[in-house]
Amino acid sequence: MKKIVILGAGTGGTMMAHHLSKKLNSKEWQITVVDDIQDHYYQPGFLFVPFGNYTLDQIRKPQTSLLPRNVRFLNQATKKIDPENNSIETSSGEKLIYDVLIIATGSRIVPEETPGLTEEDTWRKTAFDFYTADGAAALFPAMNNFKGGNLVVHLAEMPIKCPVAPLEFVFLADYYFKRKGIRDKVNLSFVTPLDGAFTKPTAKKAFGNLMQQRNINVITEFNISEVDGQNKVIKSYDEKEVAFDLLVTVPVNMGSKLIEDCDLGDELFFIDTDPATLQSKIKENIFVLGDATNVGTSKAGSVAHFQSEILTRNILDFIRGKPFSASFDGHANCFIESGNKKGMLIDFNYTQEPVTGSFPLPVIGPLPLLKEARRNHLGKLAFRWIYWNMLLKARSIPFVSAHMKKSGKNIV
Amino acid sequence: MATATLGGKSIEVNDEGFITNQEDWSKEIALDIAKNLGIEMTDRHWVVVNYMREDYAKTKKSPTVRRITQNTDVNTKELYALFPGGPGKKAANIAGVPKPAGCV
Repeated sequence: MKKIVILGAGTGGTMMAHHLSKKLNSKEWQITVVDDIQDHYYQPGFLFVPFGNYTLDQIRKPQTSLLPRNVRFLNQATKKIDPENNSIETSSGEKLIYDVLIIATGSRIVPEETPGLTEEDTWRKTAFDFYTADGAAALFPAMNNFKGGNLVVHLAEMPIKCPVAPLEFVFLADYYFKRKGIRDKVNLSFVTPLDGAFTKPTAKKAFGNLMQQRNINVITEFNISEVDGQNKVIKSYDEKEVAFDLLVTVPVNMGSKLIEDCDLGDELFFIDTDPATLQSKIKENIFVLGDATNVGTSKAGSVAHFQSEILTRNILDFIRGKPFSASFDGHANCFIESGNKKGMLIDFNYTQEPVTGSFPLPVIGPLPLLKEARRNHLGKLAFRWIYWNMLLKARSIPFVSAHMKKSGKNIV
Repeated sequence: MATATLGGKSIEVNDEGFITNQEDWSKEIALDIAKNLGIEMTDRHWVVVNYMREDYAKTKKSPTVRRITQNTDVNTKELYALFPGGPGKKAANIAGVPKPAGCV
């Protein structure tokens, strides 16, 4: 019996379990998924929890219900990866030998990296994250009780998971306070270490315009050195200060603690991975997908989805001793909630930045790219169902291919 | 593509003033870019710039601020004092390596 071990039961790991269990004969291959999680969260749903649109119950399912029956789920943390001996060890000391290892251990927020942020009188009292279930849930009453003042949406350092999420948060906050009739009492700011609202030029301009229309201050090139919770200001290394009454921050993102402990990552504990084949540079029988890689595209569920299709083909090639036949192009596809029941959509890859145009989708119809539309908002809402029922189960979405398509895009 | 006169030569640069052919780089060019950015190069500036060039040669990626501070004896505070406003970007510009991507 040959063995595939998948570390991590998040979006990428669960999808790989489904893909491979469909393609491999279960009499020849045993697939084991290792993770200590109980609940699997639909992470794009975290954004909506602080605004009261979703409760945590509406965006989670037990992990055991999400894996194929012929896959073994070892519900424990991984303690050690030992590439030399092709083995991993779990928290209880169980040792698993593998022929192929897939690392899908994701990314995590590390608020401790920012001095002052995790002080007891600050963290989740006046400064919140919305990248964790606990954080999003704690932010709900804070938003609900906010009567006015400085609301600062901030991101600490790139890269972060879902780089559009802080933009969405500030757009939704604008809409939320407008509906409450207190928008004139709220000073909304977006604070970023980047030199604009987004990383890529065309999208940066489009998002910058939206910020301006909505009277949101954009403070760029702000590299945080400290949160001063007593005086309610964030400070930068070059001694700028921004005052807050409520701080919604995306703390430094890093790869998993396991990767740190095993010294298998870069300075942020992301794993050096071939951007095209998704084979790790650690060893030839170790592959990586999702947020855990260091490849130059967004850390996002859509990326893990497209990667899973490519990686499945490459792992099948690998175990049959053939050269890799599939190549990942960095394809990412992200809905961006922009408030007022509208949304935007961007579709891009390693080399093609997000541009305007249209994107094909069945039933809902063609979606406008980089432009506000109600259809994009509906697309985003529909995604929760698509996630549980199609994406995680490795059913492909008609017309949406792993490779980015240039057709429909207004490419200059 | 625009050109700029740097180190007494006509050098191709992009719209943000980064040199486009890495092999064009020389110390003289670096000094001129620094001058245009209002930076007077000291030994401490060179620690950063030299590290950026070495790291880029090895990894083909421009190092981030975090990577610079982890692999040199320059800490973040000093780095911002040396290259006010945007150390990653300014030091990369002087070192003749691309603007750090770090951000997608």
